[in-house]
Amino acid sequence: MSERPTYTPFHPRWYRPRVSTWWWLKRPSSRAFILREVSSIFVAWFVVFFLLLVAAVGRGEVAYQEFMAWAANPSIVLVNVVSLFFVVFHAVTWFNLAPQAMVVHMRGKRVPGKLIAASNYGLWVVTSLLVAWIILAGSR
Amino acid sequence: MNDRITMRVARYRPEEEDEPTFEEYEVPCHKEWVVLDGLNYIKDQLDGTLSYRWSCRMGICGSCGMTVNGEPKLTCETFLTDYAPGPVLLEPMQNFPVIRDLIIEMTDFMQKLTAIKPWIVRDEERPLAEGEYRQTPDELSRYQQYSMCINCMLCYAACPVYALDPKFIGPAAIALAQRYNLDSRDEGSGERLDLLSLHEGIWDCTFVGECTEVCPKDVDPAGAIQRYKLDAALTSLKSFLLPWGAG
Repeated sequence: MSERPTYTPFHPRWYRPRVSTWWWLKRPSSRAFILREVSSIFVAWFVVFFLLLVAAVGRGEVAYQEFMAWAANPSIVLVNVVSLFFVVFHAVTWFNLAPQAMVVHMRGKRVPGKLIAASNYGLWVVTSLLVAWIILAGSR
Repeated sequence: MNDRITMRVARYRPEEEDEPTFEEYEVPCHKEWVVLDGLNYIKDQLDGTLSYRWSCRMGICGSCGMTVNGEPKLTCETFLTDYAPGPVLLEPMQNFPVIRDLIIEMTDFMQKLTAIKPWIVRDEERPLAEGEYRQTPDELSRYQQYSMCINCMLCYAACPVYALDPKFIGPAAIALAQRYNLDSRDEGSGERLDLLSLHEGIWDCTFVGECTEVCPKDVDPAGAIQRYKLDAALTSLKSFLLPWGAG
Protein backbone atom coordinates (compact mmCIF):
# COMPACT_ATOMS: atom_id res chain seq x y z
CA MET A 1 0.00 0.00 0.00
CA SER A 2 1.22 3.45 -0.88
CA GLU A 3 1.33 6.03 1.85
CA ARG A 4 -1.73 8.20 2.29
CA PRO A 5 -1.26 11.55 0.56
CA THR A 6 -1.20 14.39 3.04
CA TYR A 7 -4.13 16.74 3.09
CA THR A 8 -3.57 20.46 2.76
CA PRO A 9 -6.10 23.18 1.95
CA PHE A 10 -4.45 23.51 -1.45
CA HIS A 11 -4.35 19.79 -2.19
CA PRO A 12 -7.76 18.62 -1.14
CA ARG A 13 -8.49 14.93 -1.24
CA TRP A 14 -11.81 14.39 -2.92
CA TYR A 15 -13.84 11.33 -2.22
CA ARG A 16 -15.03 9.68 -5.42
CA PRO A 17 -17.42 6.80 -4.86
CA ARG A 18 -17.42 4.04 -7.44
CA VAL A 19 -20.61 3.32 -9.38
CA SER A 20 -21.78 -0.18 -8.57
CA THR A 21 -22.52 -2.56 -11.46
CA TRP A 22 -25.91 -3.05 -9.83
CA TRP A 23 -26.80 0.65 -9.60
CA TRP A 24 -30.00 0.03 -11.55
CA LEU A 25 -31.46 -2.26 -8.88
CA LYS A 26 -31.72 0.57 -6.35
CA ARG A 27 -34.66 2.55 -7.74
CA PRO A 28 -37.90 1.25 -9.31
CA SER A 29 -37.58 3.78 -12.14
CA SER A 30 -34.08 2.53 -13.01
CA ARG A 31 -35.32 -1.05 -13.02
CA ALA A 32 -38.11 -0.09 -15.43
CA PHE A 33 -35.53 1.71 -17.58
CA ILE A 34 -33.23 -1.33 -17.77
CA LEU A 35 -36.22 -3.55 -18.57
CA ARG A 36 -36.99 -1.21 -21.45
CA GLU A 37 -33.39 -1.32 -22.67
CA VAL A 38 -33.41 -5.15 -22.49
CA SER A 39 -36.60 -5.19 -24.54
CA SER A 40 -34.53 -4.14 -27.58
CA ILE A 41 -33.04 -7.65 -27.67
CA PHE A 42 -36.52 -9.09 -28.13
CA VAL A 43 -37.39 -6.49 -30.74
CA ALA A 44 -34.27 -7.62 -32.62
CA TRP A 45 -35.37 -11.27 -32.24
CA PHE A 46 -38.74 -10.45 -33.85
CA VAL A 47 -36.92 -8.88 -36.79
CA VAL A 48 -34.71 -11.98 -37.19
CA PHE A 49 -37.76 -14.25 -36.92
CA PHE A 50 -39.56 -12.23 -39.57
CA LEU A 51 -36.54 -12.30 -41.92
CA LEU A 52 -36.28 -16.08 -41.50
CA LEU A 53 -39.98 -16.34 -42.39
CA VAL A 54 -39.55 -14.20 -45.50
CA ALA A 55 -36.51 -16.26 -46.55
CA ALA A 56 -38.47 -19.50 -46.06
CA VAL A 57 -41.37 -18.17 -48.14
CA GLY A 58 -38.88 -17.22 -50.84
CA ARG A 59 -37.48 -20.74 -50.96
CA GLY A 60 -40.90 -22.26 -51.71
CA GLU A 61 -43.68 -24.38 -50.26
CA VAL A 62 -41.53 -27.07 -48.61
CA ALA A 63 -39.21 -24.62 -46.88
CA TYR A 64 -42.23 -22.64 -45.68
CA GLN A 65 -43.84 -25.77 -44.16
CA GLU A 66 -40.53 -26.65 -42.48
CA PHE A 67 -40.29 -23.16 -41.04
CA MET A 68 -43.85 -23.34 -39.72
CA ALA A 69 -43.13 -26.72 -38.07
CA TRP A 70 -40.02 -25.23 -36.46
CA ALA A 71 -41.97 -22.17 -35.30
CA ALA A 72 -44.59 -24.44 -33.68
CA ASN A 73 -41.89 -25.91 -31.44
CA PRO A 74 -42.94 -25.14 -27.82
CA SER A 75 -39.60 -23.51 -26.99
CA ILE A 76 -39.90 -21.16 -29.99
CA VAL A 77 -43.51 -20.39 -29.07
CA LEU A 78 -42.37 -19.57 -25.53
CA VAL A 79 -39.62 -17.26 -26.80
CA ASN A 80 -42.14 -15.54 -29.07
CA VAL A 81 -44.68 -15.08 -26.26
CA VAL A 82 -42.00 -13.53 -24.03
CA SER A 83 -40.84 -11.41 -26.98
CA LEU A 84 -44.38 -10.23 -27.62
CA PHE A 85 -44.62 -9.05 -24.00
CA PHE A 86 -41.36 -7.11 -24.31
CA VAL A 87 -42.22 -5.67 -27.74
CA VAL A 88 -45.58 -4.41 -26.43
CA PHE A 89 -43.82 -3.01 -23.33
CA HIS A 90 -41.29 -1.30 -25.62
CA ALA A 91 -44.01 0.14 -27.84
CA VAL A 92 -46.20 1.38 -24.99
CA THR A 93 -43.33 3.05 -23.12
CA TRP A 94 -42.11 4.56 -26.39
CA PHE A 95 -45.51 6.06 -27.21
CA ASN A 96 -45.83 7.38 -23.66
CA LEU A 97 -42.46 9.13 -24.02
CA ALA A 98 -43.25 10.58 -27.45
CA PRO A 99 -44.92 13.79 -26.16
CA GLN A 100 -41.66 14.76 -24.42
CA ALA A 101 -39.69 14.62 -27.67
CA MET A 102 -42.39 15.95 -30.01
CA VAL A 103 -43.32 19.52 -29.28
CA VAL A 104 -45.76 20.72 -31.90
CA HIS A 105 -47.15 24.23 -32.03
CA MET A 106 -50.43 24.87 -33.84
CA ARG A 107 -51.97 28.32 -34.16
CA GLY A 108 -49.52 29.68 -31.60
CA LYS A 109 -50.37 27.07 -28.97
CA ARG A 110 -48.55 23.95 -27.93
CA VAL A 111 -50.46 20.78 -28.80
CA PRO A 112 -51.16 18.93 -25.51
CA GLY A 113 -48.98 15.88 -24.82
CA LYS A 114 -51.97 13.58 -24.49
CA LEU A 115 -53.03 14.38 -28.03
CA ILE A 116 -49.52 13.56 -29.33
CA ALA A 117 -49.54 10.23 -27.48
CA ALA A 118 -53.09 9.49 -28.65
CA SER A 119 -52.18 10.14 -32.28
CA ASN A 120 -49.23 7.77 -31.95
CA TYR A 121 -51.50 5.06 -30.51
CA GLY A 122 -54.04 5.81 -33.24
CA LEU A 123 -51.43 5.31 -35.96
CA TRP A 124 -50.37 2.06 -34.28
CA VAL A 125 -53.95 0.72 -34.39
CA VAL A 126 -54.48 1.82 -38.00
CA THR A 127 -51.18 0.25 -39.12
CA SER A 128 -51.96 -2.98 -37.26
CA LEU A 129 -55.43 -3.17 -38.84
CA LEU A 130 -53.93 -2.54 -42.27
CA VAL A 131 -51.36 -5.32 -41.83
CA ALA A 132 -54.03 -7.68 -40.47
CA TRP A 133 -56.27 -6.88 -43.43
CA ILE A 134 -53.50 -7.53 -45.98
CA ILE A 135 -52.63 -10.88 -44.37
CA LEU A 136 -56.22 -12.04 -43.81
CA ALA A 137 -57.46 -10.86 -47.21
CA GLY A 138 -54.48 -12.55 -48.87
CA SER A 139 -55.07 -15.87 -47.13
CA ARG A 140 -58.64 -16.18 -48.37
CA MET B 1 -46.39 12.72 16.33
CA ASN B 2 -42.85 12.77 17.71
CA ASP B 3 -41.50 16.25 18.18
CA ARG B 4 -37.93 15.16 17.42
CA ILE B 5 -36.34 13.31 14.53
CA THR B 6 -32.94 11.72 14.00
CA MET B 7 -30.83 12.94 11.10
CA ARG B 8 -28.15 10.52 9.92
CA VAL B 9 -25.64 12.75 8.20
CA ALA B 10 -22.69 11.75 6.01
CA ARG B 11 -19.42 13.22 7.27
CA TYR B 12 -16.22 13.29 5.26
CA ARG B 13 -13.16 14.91 6.82
CA PRO B 14 -10.38 14.44 4.27
CA GLU B 15 -7.68 15.39 6.77
CA GLU B 16 -8.77 12.56 9.05
CA GLU B 17 -10.45 9.82 7.06
CA ASP B 18 -10.36 8.06 3.70
CA GLU B 19 -14.06 7.45 3.37
CA PRO B 20 -17.24 9.14 4.54
CA THR B 21 -18.76 8.03 7.83
CA PHE B 22 -22.14 8.77 9.36
CA GLU B 23 -23.07 10.74 12.43
CA GLU B 24 -26.49 10.90 14.03
CA TYR B 25 -28.07 14.05 15.39
CA GLU B 26 -31.46 14.51 17.02
CA VAL B 27 -33.22 17.66 15.92
CA PRO B 28 -36.68 19.16 16.57
CA CYS B 29 -39.26 18.04 14.02
CA HIS B 30 -41.50 21.08 13.65
CA LYS B 31 -44.27 21.01 11.09
CA GLU B 32 -42.78 23.95 9.18
CA TRP B 33 -39.17 22.73 9.29
CA VAL B 34 -37.38 21.60 6.17
CA VAL B 35 -34.28 19.39 6.10
CA LEU B 36 -32.13 22.52 5.77
CA ASP B 37 -33.60 23.87 9.04
CA GLY B 38 -32.49 20.64 10.69
CA LEU B 39 -28.98 21.09 9.30
CA ASN B 40 -28.83 24.69 10.49
CA TYR B 41 -29.95 23.52 13.94
CA ILE B 42 -27.11 20.97 13.99
CA LYS B 43 -24.60 23.59 12.85
CA ASP B 44 -25.78 26.17 15.44
CA GLN B 45 -26.55 23.97 18.43
CA LEU B 46 -24.92 20.56 18.16
CA ASP B 47 -21.85 20.44 15.92
CA GLY B 48 -20.32 23.52 14.31
CA THR B 49 -17.92 21.45 12.23
CA LEU B 50 -20.63 20.20 9.84
CA SER B 51 -20.17 21.65 6.34
CA TYR B 52 -22.86 22.10 3.70
CA ARG B 53 -23.96 24.68 1.13
CA TRP B 54 -27.06 26.81 1.34
CA SER B 55 -28.18 30.33 0.67
CA CYS B 56 -31.69 31.49 -0.20
CA ARG B 57 -33.93 28.96 1.66
CA MET B 58 -36.61 29.27 -1.02
CA GLY B 59 -35.72 27.09 -3.98
CA ILE B 60 -34.16 29.81 -6.11
CA CYS B 61 -30.40 29.77 -5.53
CA GLY B 62 -29.93 26.06 -6.20
CA SER B 63 -27.19 25.64 -3.56
CA CYS B 64 -28.66 23.17 -1.08
CA GLY B 65 -29.07 20.07 -3.27
CA MET B 66 -28.32 16.85 -1.38
CA THR B 67 -29.33 13.21 -1.29
CA VAL B 68 -32.20 12.78 1.15
CA ASN B 69 -33.06 9.12 1.83
CA GLY B 70 -31.45 8.20 -1.49
CA GLU B 71 -33.28 10.81 -3.59
CA PRO B 72 -31.76 14.01 -5.01
CA LYS B 73 -33.61 16.91 -3.33
CA LEU B 74 -33.35 20.59 -2.58
CA THR B 75 -33.16 20.48 1.22
CA CYS B 76 -34.88 23.87 1.53
CA GLU B 77 -38.12 22.47 0.14
CA THR B 78 -38.04 18.97 1.62
CA PHE B 79 -39.99 18.79 4.88
CA LEU B 80 -38.70 16.83 7.85
CA THR B 81 -42.22 15.69 8.79
CA ASP B 82 -42.45 13.80 5.48
CA TYR B 83 -39.73 11.51 6.84
CA ALA B 84 -41.15 11.04 10.34
CA PRO B 85 -40.51 9.05 12.45
CA GLY B 86 -37.08 9.01 10.78
CA PRO B 87 -34.20 8.66 10.67
CA VAL B 88 -33.54 10.95 7.72
CA LEU B 89 -30.48 9.85 5.78
CA LEU B 90 -28.53 12.77 4.41
CA GLU B 91 -25.69 12.38 1.90
CA PRO B 92 -23.95 14.66 -0.58
CA MET B 93 -25.28 14.76 -4.14
CA GLN B 94 -24.34 11.64 -6.06
CA ASN B 95 -22.10 11.57 -9.16
CA PHE B 96 -19.82 14.38 -7.95
CA PRO B 97 -16.55 14.18 -6.01
CA VAL B 98 -17.04 15.05 -2.35
CA ILE B 99 -14.88 17.84 -0.91
CA ARG B 100 -16.12 17.71 2.68
CA ASP B 101 -19.22 16.40 4.46
CA LEU B 102 -22.15 17.40 2.22
CA ILE B 103 -20.19 19.62 -0.15
CA ILE B 104 -19.49 18.44 -3.69
CA GLU B 105 -17.02 19.63 -6.31
CA MET B 106 -18.84 21.30 -9.22
CA THR B 107 -16.12 22.60 -11.54
CA ASP B 108 -17.03 19.97 -14.13
CA PHE B 109 -20.60 21.28 -14.35
CA MET B 110 -19.47 24.90 -14.46
CA GLN B 111 -17.16 24.20 -17.41
CA LYS B 112 -19.88 22.34 -19.28
CA LEU B 113 -22.32 25.15 -18.61
CA THR B 114 -20.06 27.81 -20.14
CA ALA B 115 -19.14 25.51 -23.04
CA ILE B 116 -22.72 25.57 -24.38
CA LYS B 117 -22.72 29.40 -24.41
CA PRO B 118 -25.75 30.07 -22.22
CA TRP B 119 -26.23 33.62 -23.42
CA ILE B 120 -27.74 35.28 -26.47
CA VAL B 121 -25.33 34.88 -29.38
CA ARG B 122 -25.71 37.33 -32.26
CA ASP B 123 -23.93 37.25 -35.61
CA GLU B 124 -23.97 41.00 -35.47
CA GLU B 125 -25.06 43.08 -32.50
CA ARG B 126 -27.66 45.72 -33.31
CA PRO B 127 -26.58 49.29 -32.47
CA LEU B 128 -27.94 50.44 -29.11
CA ALA B 129 -29.73 53.31 -30.81
CA GLU B 130 -32.05 50.81 -32.50
CA GLY B 131 -33.44 49.79 -29.13
CA GLU B 132 -34.07 46.47 -27.48
CA TYR B 133 -34.72 43.13 -29.16
CA ARG B 134 -38.47 42.74 -28.94
CA GLN B 135 -40.24 39.48 -28.28
CA THR B 136 -43.90 38.45 -28.28
CA PRO B 137 -45.43 36.41 -25.42
CA ASP B 138 -45.71 33.53 -27.86
CA GLU B 139 -41.97 33.68 -28.64
CA LEU B 140 -41.24 33.81 -24.91
CA SER B 141 -43.40 30.76 -24.22
CA ARG B 142 -41.28 28.64 -26.59
CA TYR B 143 -38.29 28.64 -24.25
CA GLN B 144 -39.64 29.88 -20.92
CA GLN B 145 -39.85 26.43 -19.31
CA TYR B 146 -36.13 25.82 -19.91
CA SER B 147 -35.22 29.25 -18.55
CA MET B 148 -36.49 28.22 -15.11
CA CYS B 149 -33.31 26.17 -14.47
CA ILE B 150 -31.51 27.24 -11.28
CA ASN B 151 -28.33 25.17 -11.88
CA CYS B 152 -28.94 23.09 -8.76
CA MET B 153 -27.42 20.02 -10.45
CA LEU B 154 -30.01 17.61 -9.04
CA CYS B 155 -30.44 16.33 -12.61
CA TYR B 156 -26.75 15.41 -12.76
CA ALA B 157 -27.06 13.65 -9.41
CA ALA B 158 -29.99 11.63 -10.76
CA CYS B 159 -28.51 10.80 -14.18
CA PRO B 160 -27.02 7.28 -14.45
CA VAL B 161 -25.42 8.20 -17.79
CA TYR B 162 -23.45 11.00 -16.11
CA ALA B 163 -22.49 8.58 -13.33
CA LEU B 164 -21.07 6.10 -15.82
CA ASP B 165 -19.63 8.60 -18.31
CA PRO B 166 -18.57 11.87 -16.64
CA LYS B 167 -17.78 13.33 -20.09
CA PHE B 168 -21.53 13.57 -20.81
CA ILE B 169 -22.47 17.24 -21.06
CA GLY B 170 -25.54 16.46 -19.03
CA PRO B 171 -29.19 17.42 -18.61
CA ALA B 172 -29.11 21.01 -17.32
CA ALA B 173 -26.47 22.21 -19.79
CA ILE B 174 -28.38 20.75 -22.75
CA ALA B 175 -31.70 22.14 -21.50
CA LEU B 176 -30.06 25.56 -21.21
CA ALA B 177 -28.63 25.23 -24.71
CA GLN B 178 -32.20 24.65 -25.87
CA ARG B 179 -33.36 27.63 -23.84
CA TYR B 180 -31.15 29.87 -26.01
CA ASN B 181 -31.64 27.97 -29.27
CA LEU B 182 -35.40 28.47 -29.02
CA ASP B 183 -35.03 32.17 -28.20
CA SER B 184 -36.08 34.30 -31.16
CA ARG B 185 -33.24 36.77 -30.44
CA ASP B 186 -30.50 34.12 -30.52
CA GLU B 187 -28.40 33.13 -33.53
CA GLY B 188 -25.99 30.71 -31.84
CA SER B 189 -27.70 27.35 -32.40
CA GLY B 190 -25.13 26.32 -35.04
CA GLU B 191 -22.21 26.93 -32.66
CA ARG B 192 -23.95 24.98 -29.91
CA LEU B 193 -24.79 22.12 -32.25
CA ASP B 194 -21.07 21.55 -32.97
CA LEU B 195 -20.58 20.67 -29.32
CA LEU B 196 -23.89 19.02 -28.59
CA SER B 197 -23.94 16.75 -31.63
CA LEU B 198 -20.85 14.98 -30.30
CA HIS B 199 -21.32 11.62 -28.63
CA GLU B 200 -20.79 13.24 -25.22
CA GLY B 201 -23.54 15.68 -26.13
CA ILE B 202 -27.10 14.65 -26.81
CA TRP B 203 -26.32 11.17 -28.13
CA ASP B 204 -24.96 9.92 -24.81
CA CYS B 205 -28.44 10.33 -23.32
CA THR B 206 -30.44 7.09 -23.27
CA PHE B 207 -33.63 8.81 -22.08
CA VAL B 208 -33.72 7.40 -18.57
CA GLY B 209 -35.87 10.39 -17.68
CA GLU B 210 -34.70 10.67 -14.07
CA CYS B 211 -33.50 14.26 -14.60
CA THR B 212 -37.04 15.38 -15.33
CA GLU B 213 -38.36 13.45 -12.31
CA VAL B 214 -36.08 15.19 -9.83
CA CYS B 215 -36.09 18.71 -11.33
CA PRO B 216 -37.49 21.10 -8.69
CA LYS B 217 -38.39 23.65 -11.38
CA ASP B 218 -40.20 21.37 -13.87
CA VAL B 219 -37.67 22.20 -16.57
CA ASP B 220 -37.97 18.74 -18.20
CA PRO B 221 -34.33 18.36 -19.34
CA ALA B 222 -35.06 14.87 -20.70
CA GLY B 223 -37.65 16.36 -23.04
CA ALA B 224 -35.22 19.09 -24.09
CA ILE B 225 -32.58 16.52 -25.01
CA GLN B 226 -34.98 14.39 -27.04
CA ARG B 227 -36.20 17.48 -28.92
CA TYR B 228 -32.59 18.37 -29.60
CA LYS B 229 -31.95 14.87 -30.99
CA LEU B 230 -34.90 15.26 -33.34
CA ASP B 231 -33.69 18.72 -34.46
CA ALA B 232 -30.09 17.53 -34.91
CA ALA B 233 -31.20 14.50 -36.94
CA LEU B 234 -33.40 16.65 -39.19
CA THR B 235 -30.63 19.23 -39.65
CA SER B 236 -28.09 16.62 -40.71
CA LEU B 237 -30.65 14.91 -42.96
CA LYS B 238 -31.41 18.22 -44.66
CA SER B 239 -27.73 19.08 -45.13
CA PHE B 240 -27.25 15.61 -46.62
CA LEU B 241 -30.26 15.66 -48.95
CA LEU B 242 -30.38 19.28 -50.02
CA PRO B 243 -27.40 20.55 -52.01
CA TRP B 244 -27.81 24.04 -50.54
CA GLY B 245 -27.66 22.68 -46.97
CA ALA B 246 -30.00 23.01 -44.05
CA GLY B 247 -30.11 26.77 -44.20
